[in-house]
Amino acid sequence: MIRFEGVTKRYADASGTESGDGSVAVDDLTLEAPTGKITVLVGPSGCGKTTTLRMVNRMITPTSGTISIDGRDTASLDVAELRRGIGYVIQHAGLFPHRTVLDNVTTVPRLLGTDKRTARSRAMELIERVGLDPAMARRYPAQLSGGQQQRVGVARALAADPPVMLMDEPFSAVDPVVREQLQNEFLRLQSDLGKTILFVTHDIDEAVKLGDQVAVLRVGGVLAQLDSPATLLADPVDDFVAGFVGRDRGYRALSFAAAPELSLADEPTVSLGASADDVRAVGTPWVLCVGDAGEPLGWVRAAAVESEVTRTVLHRGGTVASTTGSLRALLDAALSSPSGRGVVADADGRLVGTIRAAEVIPAIEARRDAAASPTSAEEATAR
Amino acid sequence: MSLAKIFGWFTDPANWQGADGVPHRVLEHLLYTGLTLLVALVVAVPLGAWVGHSGRLRWLVTGANAARAVPTLGLLFAVSMFVGPLIQSDLAFVIPSITVLVLLAIPPLLSGTYAGIDSVEPAARDAARGMGMTGWQVLTKVEAPCALPLFLSGLRSATLQVIATATIAASVSLGGLGRYLIDGLASRDYVQMVCGSILVAALALVADGLLALLEKRAVSPGISGRATRVARSRARNSDPHSEPDSDGADRSDPDPRQAALVGSGTTGPVQATATTGTPSERDRT
Repeated sequence: MIRFEGVTKRYADASGTESGDGSVAVDDLTLEAPTGKITVLVGPSGCGKTTTLRMVNRMITPTSGTISIDGRDTASLDVAELRRGIGYVIQHAGLFPHRTVLDNVTTVPRLLGTDKRTARSRAMELIERVGLDPAMARRYPAQLSGGQQQRVGVARALAADPPVMLMDEPFSAVDPVVREQLQNEFLRLQSDLGKTILFVTHDIDEAVKLGDQVAVLRVGGVLAQLDSPATLLADPVDDFVAGFVGRDRGYRALSFAAAPELSLADEPTVSLGASADDVRAVGTPWVLCVGDAGEPLGWVRAAAVESEVTRTVLHRGGTVASTTGSLRALLDAALSSPSGRGVVADADGRLVGTIRAAEVIPAIEARRDAAASPTSAEEATAR
Repeated sequence: MSLAKIFGWFTDPANWQGADGVPHRVLEHLLYTGLTLLVALVVAVPLGAWVGHSGRLRWLVTGANAARAVPTLGLLFAVSMFVGPLIQSDLAFVIPSITVLVLLAIPPLLSGTYAGIDSVEPAARDAARGMGMTGWQVLTKVEAPCALPLFLSGLRSATLQVIATATIAASVSLGGLGRYLIDGLASRDYVQMVCGSILVAALALVADGLLALLEKRAVSPGISGRATRVARSRARNSDPHSEPDSDGADRSDPDPRQAALVGSGTTGPVQATATTGTPSERDRT
């Protein structure tokens, strides 16, 4: 557990990078990052989130207040020892260009005096664990893409198996597709490792996705709200938080609602190579095409098929919801489908059936009613 | 004068023996060069490293570069007149010679060291500190290896300049390859002068070649760009986690700061020959 108690950081003049218009970067912050959970600090530029993070490993010294890790005041510890016990991941990874990936990962264990062989074999495990090919261990950072560098950064921070991790916008310098991939793998890793993580981002979507709890800071380093992501979206405490959390809150909050069991309609399908007659025989303007393993490939407009169904005529705009996914994914599948019938697949990606938006809405409303009055919960699930 | 005369000079056994022979003169020349570089390294490297590491007193580097404008030969005579009466031995000439050569060697070494340390990616430095390296560990384990290419190009530049300019030691009655130039000029033996120039140029080239080899061995492939060039295309094609990499393409290019800071035309062997070819003219200015 990382605990901030009345922590203030005041810069002598306005030259401090996080000081904004005033000279106070962090103002009387009291906050707890619980053990084994991800606490996300989020806020606009100048809200002191990075300063807050860097005060934990004393890269920045607080002006007043105490920060403790598992009850030990960080100010009382030797600074190098303190830092070696905390995993540290930063925006551009900050890998050492002259060292191979493997030697980058062994940095902290080597500083702690672990012998080279032990450190290396553990590093190899970690390199695989963060989703890198073991062959990459011998490469140099300049030979890796941004996303790969960031994975190495995470492996390096984990190398000495620290109970606490500080992550300063680790995924913000990569493109959105890679970012999402990294976020998902980060969550998977965390579900195995259960580290106490303090995570800084300016991206509220990332905060809501990753955080067990999210702390929204306002300019000047004042804590505006500390809550679970679902609560943050459902019930922002003031206009600042509401504005920062952004639009589509009702829709985005559905991400946290697991898809209930709904009755799905059977969907007639065709496979690739089906003739135009086969497609038209189905009788609907849009026909779903599935692959050999029963996985949905895309919709075909019956009128547009000239001789047979090929990959080029597939309409790929529709998203596919999973039976184990969220209500948001279910609704999105229905809304994005050209036929109006949302495609639902099972955990293995095989088509289960389709559902219309009008059928998802009652499930959403039932959920809200259930939340309002606990007694009607059974009623809702019965539907 | 013809090539035959030059060839004749080099093949004359008399020119390879005794105190005035080529081996002895080369040895003397190397001694001056080595001593100069040693003193210059002791002064410039800690200073450059400290300026780069702390970011303070940057004007020192600029100031040292400005000192390159001082005419070496003039300075040599000035220092000799100052120091000469104080010392009663050969040192009266050795100290002034080494002093002016050291002043010549310091700017490239200082700016090379400074630029090398200063060019270390801030993120790498921040990560090093954040992972619990002490200031000394950050300097020795991260900053120094990353600074090596720029430092070594400063060293190469300084070595070339010192070898070329160490000829001036002869003008204050010391030895070295400069003797062939000064004595040749005095006795209008132009063949000897040309041969001396050739020896200086050859020595400079050999020294530069050795340093280039050292650079190849000592600099991490991760920095020199060698590893990047070899594996980049392979990484692109076969890598399951291959991701778009917009900023990677130009990473193997040499740091543009290198050329700018280490000075104009002191890194290439071609330039070195041009400078060493006419040392007497150069020093007269």
